[in-house]
Amino acid sequence: MNAIIEFENIGLRYGADEEVLSDISFSLSAGGFYFLTGASGAGKTSLLRLLYLSQRPTRGVLKLFGEDVVMMHRNRLPGFRRRIGVVFQDFRLVPHLSAHDNVALPLRLAGMDEQEIGGPVEEMLAWVGLGERADALPESLSGGEQQRVAIARAVIGRPDILVADEPTGNVDPEMAKRLLGLFEALNRLGTTIVIATHDLPLISMIGHAQMMRLDKGRLIDPTGSLRFPPRNEPAALLGRALGKPL
Amino acid sequence: MREAGRWSDRAARAARSRWLPEGRRGPMPWIIAIMMFLTILAAAAVLSLSHALRQMHGELRGGYTVQIVEANPALRADQTRRVAAMLRAEKGIGGVAVVPEAQLRAQLEPWIGTDSPPEELPIPAMIDMEAAPGTPPARIDALARRIAAIAPSARIDAHERYLGPVERLMRALMWLAAGLVALMVGVTAAVVMLAARSAHATHRATIDIMHLLGATDIQIARLFQRRMGMDAIFGGTIGLATAGAMLWLLGTRMSAIDAELAGLVRLPLPLMLLLPLIPLGGALLAMLTARITVRRALERTL
Repeated sequence: MNAIIEFENIGLRYGADEEVLSDISFSLSAGGFYFLTGASGAGKTSLLRLLYLSQRPTRGVLKLFGEDVVMMHRNRLPGFRRRIGVVFQDFRLVPHLSAHDNVALPLRLAGMDEQEIGGPVEEMLAWVGLGERADALPESLSGGEQQRVAIARAVIGRPDILVADEPTGNVDPEMAKRLLGLFEALNRLGTTIVIATHDLPLISMIGHAQMMRLDKGRLIDPTGSLRFPPRNEPAALLGRALGKPL
Repeated sequence: MREAGRWSDRAARAARSRWLPEGRRGPMPWIIAIMMFLTILAAAAVLSLSHALRQMHGELRGGYTVQIVEANPALRADQTRRVAAMLRAEKGIGGVAVVPEAQLRAQLEPWIGTDSPPEELPIPAMIDMEAAPGTPPARIDALARRIAAIAPSARIDAHERYLGPVERLMRALMWLAAGLVALMVGVTAAVVMLAARSAHATHRATIDIMHLLGATDIQIARLFQRRMGMDAIFGGTIGLATAGAMLWLLGTRMSAIDAELAGLVRLPLPLMLLLPLIPLGGALLAMLTARITVRRALERTL
């Protein structure tokens, strides 16, 4: 297995509070499709924060692309972040930039030539159904539209890892399906996808996906082996695994 | 091809300039304008005073006046003639000139008026002379003794001695102005540092997003550096223009004063051309300070 993300006994606490993540150990293969589930407050967002390098764990070993990022000098982190696309739960669009400039931001930060940016950005905005709203500022976009801009921004640079926190929470089922298609297409091109979601129908749409479940800051399966290809599981079992009935 | 590259560069710069919101700049450019105005005035004072001191040294060094205080006009004239002749024959002494009595009376006119005839109010005879550079004081003392042998009431005054207090005052003023320049530079750096910190705090959310998308500290620091540089160039230009106008006004007022010392305190053109370097230096200082401040703030984050 070619591991792209490795957690070994990871613990995370904020200040002097109790650990929000405890003894997390797992390994994700390059090119895999993973769902992260769990009740609110289970630690999903904290785990994702570790994944997209917004936070360092307070203990344990966290390896991305085969390198330990816990002790890594912060000057090296931008290079890693550029290989990770992130869809934040609260979108985090830059408020004074248009949809076009928000989507173009990762490419510009990566130093891509300006002439090579326009075409892919327009194409991506068209793909998420916002071709006509390229010049709109985030404040004039609906929640769903903002979410689509955030997704377009996360995938525009063809990242090696895509981390998404509830990426379909604000869109209608049709658009959710379309966005999931985008994630699948990206996955087929080799991107490792990690999606935190409560959306059970969404999970069941990806047959080859694997699932991790967090409960009170711990992975439910202490062995860290990832199972439950959702489509193959009876709905009741899947519901039980997620902690709620389907 | 090159045109396309230029367009691309321009477009990239324009895009980067939008990463931080534009809009009202606040009081920063105006604060810098005031700082630059005061710095340029203080620097102009430093330059003109140091120029005046150099001039004064050049003109006064080695300059002496022999004063022959003798009430008898005939005797005074005879002593003056003999002393002048002796000095002219002396090696290493030049510029020996007897100051015409008419000139002395004209200079004293505001105090003694024109009513008193010369025989009623005798004034001393004066001989200007210049000793060659490096003349030891012992030589001047020996000369004084030989003068006294001709004119027992004669006195030698070194020009440097009677202008010493003026020189010390000018030197003190020059150092004061230099201190003010240094203070202004420090205050400008401190103001820029506070402004950069405040701007960093204001745009924290945008910076966090950029960081998570892979922006390096230098990319982010450059945004603030550029903005502070623009503010400093704007403020510096305003400061330079107003300080220039003020200096021109002071120059015209100074030139209207009919005094030798006032004439010394002026700013020659080559020195004046140094003044535009101050706002330029101010802009560089502002950019450097902003860069360092923001990078230090970023280093405290992940």
